[in-house]
Amino acid sequence: MDHPIPVTFIRLIVVLPLIGAAINFLAGAWLQKTFGKHAISLVGCGVVIAAFILGARAFLAMLALPPENRFMLDDLWKWFDVGGLNLDIAFWLDPLSMIMTLIVTGVGGLIHIYSIGYMHDDDGYWRFFGWLNLFTFAMLVLVLGDNLWLMFVGWEGVGLCSFALIGFWYKVQANTTAGNKAFIVNRIGDLAFVIALYSLFAGLQALGHPTLVTREVAQYAPLLAGVPIGFAGFLSGHQLVGFVTLLMFIGATGKSAQIPLYVWLPDAMAGPTPVSALIHAATMVTAGVYMVARLNFLFSMSPFTMGVIALVGGLTALFAATIGVAQTDIKKVLAYSTVSQLGYMFAAVGVGAYAAGVFHLMTHAFFKACLFLGSGSVIHAMGGEQDMRKMGGLRHKMPITFVTFMAATLAISGVPPFAGFMSKDEIIWQAFSHGHTVVWALLLIGAGITVFYMFRQVYMTFFGEFRGTHEQEHHLHESPPSMAYVLVVLGGLSVVGGLVKIPEFIATFKPFETFLDPVFSSEVTRRITEAGIHSHATEAAFGFITFTMVVIGWLVADLMYRQQEIDPARFSQMFDGIPYEWVYNKYYVDEFYDRVVIQPYLFATRALAWFDSNIIDGVVNLAARVIVFLSWLSGLFDHYVVDWLVNFASNMTYNVGGRLRRLQTGSINGYLYGILAAVMLILLARAVARA
Amino acid sequence: MGGGITLNHFLVLSLIVFSLGLFTVLTRRNAIGILMGVELILNSANINYLAFAFYGGGKYDGQIFAIFVIMLAAAEAVIGLAVVLAIYQNFKTIDVDATETLRG
Amino acid sequence: MLAQVIFYALAALTVGSAMLVAFSRNIVYSTFALLGAFMGVVGIYILLAADFVAMVQLLVYVGGILVLTIFAVMLTAGIGDVTVSNRAVGTGPAIFTVGIAGLVMLYAIARTQWHQVAAVTPAPTTYAIGNAFLGEYVLPFEVASLVLLAALIGAIVISRHEARD
Repeated sequence: MDHPIPVTFIRLIVVLPLIGAAINFLAGAWLQKTFGKHAISLVGCGVVIAAFILGARAFLAMLALPPENRFMLDDLWKWFDVGGLNLDIAFWLDPLSMIMTLIVTGVGGLIHIYSIGYMHDDDGYWRFFGWLNLFTFAMLVLVLGDNLWLMFVGWEGVGLCSFALIGFWYKVQANTTAGNKAFIVNRIGDLAFVIALYSLFAGLQALGHPTLVTREVAQYAPLLAGVPIGFAGFLSGHQLVGFVTLLMFIGATGKSAQIPLYVWLPDAMAGPTPVSALIHAATMVTAGVYMVARLNFLFSMSPFTMGVIALVGGLTALFAATIGVAQTDIKKVLAYSTVSQLGYMFAAVGVGAYAAGVFHLMTHAFFKACLFLGSGSVIHAMGGEQDMRKMGGLRHKMPITFVTFMAATLAISGVPPFAGFMSKDEIIWQAFSHGHTVVWALLLIGAGITVFYMFRQVYMTFFGEFRGTHEQEHHLHESPPSMAYVLVVLGGLSVVGGLVKIPEFIATFKPFETFLDPVFSSEVTRRITEAGIHSHATEAAFGFITFTMVVIGWLVADLMYRQQEIDPARFSQMFDGIPYEWVYNKYYVDEFYDRVVIQPYLFATRALAWFDSNIIDGVVNLAARVIVFLSWLSGLFDHYVVDWLVNFASNMTYNVGGRLRRLQTGSINGYLYGILAAVMLILLARAVARA
Repeated sequence: MGGGITLNHFLVLSLIVFSLGLFTVLTRRNAIGILMGVELILNSANINYLAFAFYGGGKYDGQIFAIFVIMLAAAEAVIGLAVVLAIYQNFKTIDVDATETLRG
Repeated sequence: MLAQVIFYALAALTVGSAMLVAFSRNIVYSTFALLGAFMGVVGIYILLAADFVAMVQLLVYVGGILVLTIFAVMLTAGIGDVTVSNRAVGTGPAIFTVGIAGLVMLYAIARTQWHQVAAVTPAPTTYAIGNAFLGEYVLPFEVASLVLLAALIGAIVISRHEARD
């Protein structure tokens, strides 16, 4: 890690989508009008596919290197050098970011192609691809940034693009509101993340190593062991590392939709389906998991935070799965499924199974994208209908969609040898292996419920009688090639994508994990990852238990929804239907947040606004009135004093003049007397003077 | 000269004439009357001059001065009377109390 | 002795005429009284050994100014009307003022130690005065003649303008 290979092509991978975004935003409307939507498709998909090709080349180049040297650095320029913080715009390619890049550009590229067909009728076509490109750019900055601050720039960038894409059909207010919700809830997490960055930097600076470059933080992280926080009053005695990692995880709960900040993701289904697939399944929501994996050397130092992460992940996994059971919107089921699966990923990194978490991230990208795009295909065929209660028997009309959807469902259910089995089984085993029994139980039950709701969805949508209207029935058709081929590719990946890391008890073939080894090679991390039960027999036993759970889940779904032997209404109406109502309404979490957080906040806002307009403005107005009063006083002064003086002077002159003019009597006699008097006086004066 | 006529006699005489002339000036309403008073005053001044010349050692300075006074009195009388005639032509009277048009 | 009598007689003439000038109601009476005053003054002058001045007084005052005054009186009074009013007003304050002035001057006369030289014998002064006018006092003489010229022109101008109206 100390001697990365300097390269110059990584910037291309990042910049190509940016160029695509620039072209689409600045010239998109004109291009679309002049050359049609094909021009936009060319630009929009072209840049991402080109980035993927470059990424693939980089991957091959990386494989050619010895494992301990698989680090490439593309340093563009100095970003800022201020107060000890010296950061460059630089991109860092190591095994972890390599895998992420391939997922982002690969799965992203496939979704771009899918969008050609899906958004075909939309006038805002160029806008859509502009935002998709921009999102790809931001996500690549996030995964490739060599320092934490640059990662945060990407972090924020994907949040922005997510907001824009959720509210893409902005003319409907509900969509923009959903976008707002996503952004605002994210922001809460971002605040925690920023505080964490500041604290981390402060801690490192106090030790004499002011830096936020990831590989350097990795180097100096061990020095932070035992360092107290030193600020924030009552917290100052606690561990700095624990504080920093906990705040970072809170940031991750916002971005990756864990408890308590997951509430935006179901609402985000208001955006177009490709958006849901790309952002809210495959890439953006995985940013939190990536971050924890990337900073494994920090997280491993805080057992407390790790425990919190594992528990939250497990709870989220189960909690979201239960909500998914009662949903009737085809995309909402998948949304809660995503939240649940993210819980699995966090549980994995929380117990120390970093590689397993990243592995599940990859397989989830495959099958969840496939599921979302498949649902998009269904919605497209149903003319916009998303309610599963109006669907049924679609497998005859949409065979490709059905087959791929089924493959992805088997993957997510954890049926061997599909991809999801490899990754999810690993996580469940690792939870137990590292001693987190509660988490293991949560994940196990969650797995069963996952199977149930997924097959419920499949049976409701593709099996049985069609329950929609006649026009919808006539409209049913398979998707165009641009969509169908993508589904096939993703479906295929859902099948074979897991073969790069097979559970230990079956065979020792895990190139994926070996590939990622250098990333998780710090002392603290190794200690955690190498701990745990190594008995293959135990692992096999637990694998069997998990499989049993899967079968039970499938059986219940089959009985209820395919064979229609058990009536779902029996369960929904149990206990007067109250539990069902709670589950159907997402446990009223949104309502709870509204009462407890939003209303007080709005109240505070209104109170402050009142304060501002009455008191502060009152002060200002008072000041104004005081000044008006003072000027009135001054006016008085001017009117009475100054004017009086002026008038007095003129009156004096007038009066004196009036009096003096009486001297001009015109009487010669008088004048003579005057002359005489004057002469007398002069003589008198002379006489007196001489005397 | 003999006979006990001293300087003081002439001075007192001059004083009396002067007083009468002053009285005339101050009380007369006829413009020419006022001018006559002025002539009396000038004459009294002349008497003074000549008295001092006589009793001061017989020098002629006083007499010369008296001649000048007479000359100027003549000039002044000329002008004065011309003005009086002009006023008479404008106001049809020479009553000084009636010529108050310059009053303020 | 003779001198005293002559003096007092001339003084009486002068003062009496002056009083007539001052107190008379008739302007014509005042004018002729003025003649008397002038004659008295001429006598006083001769008594003071100022023969030339006396003659000048006679010629100028009596022959010139007095005649002029009579002309003016007659012109302004109206040919047929000889009873032109010559009222005196404000006699009170005038008496007061004159009284004060007179008393003051009287006081000055009485108190002052006049420097008196012994009387000289009267001699004809014409020659000396003539010499002085063209010798020592030539400048005032010339200037005085200019003044007379100015007065002459002035009188003509004044009366000429009025005549035009």
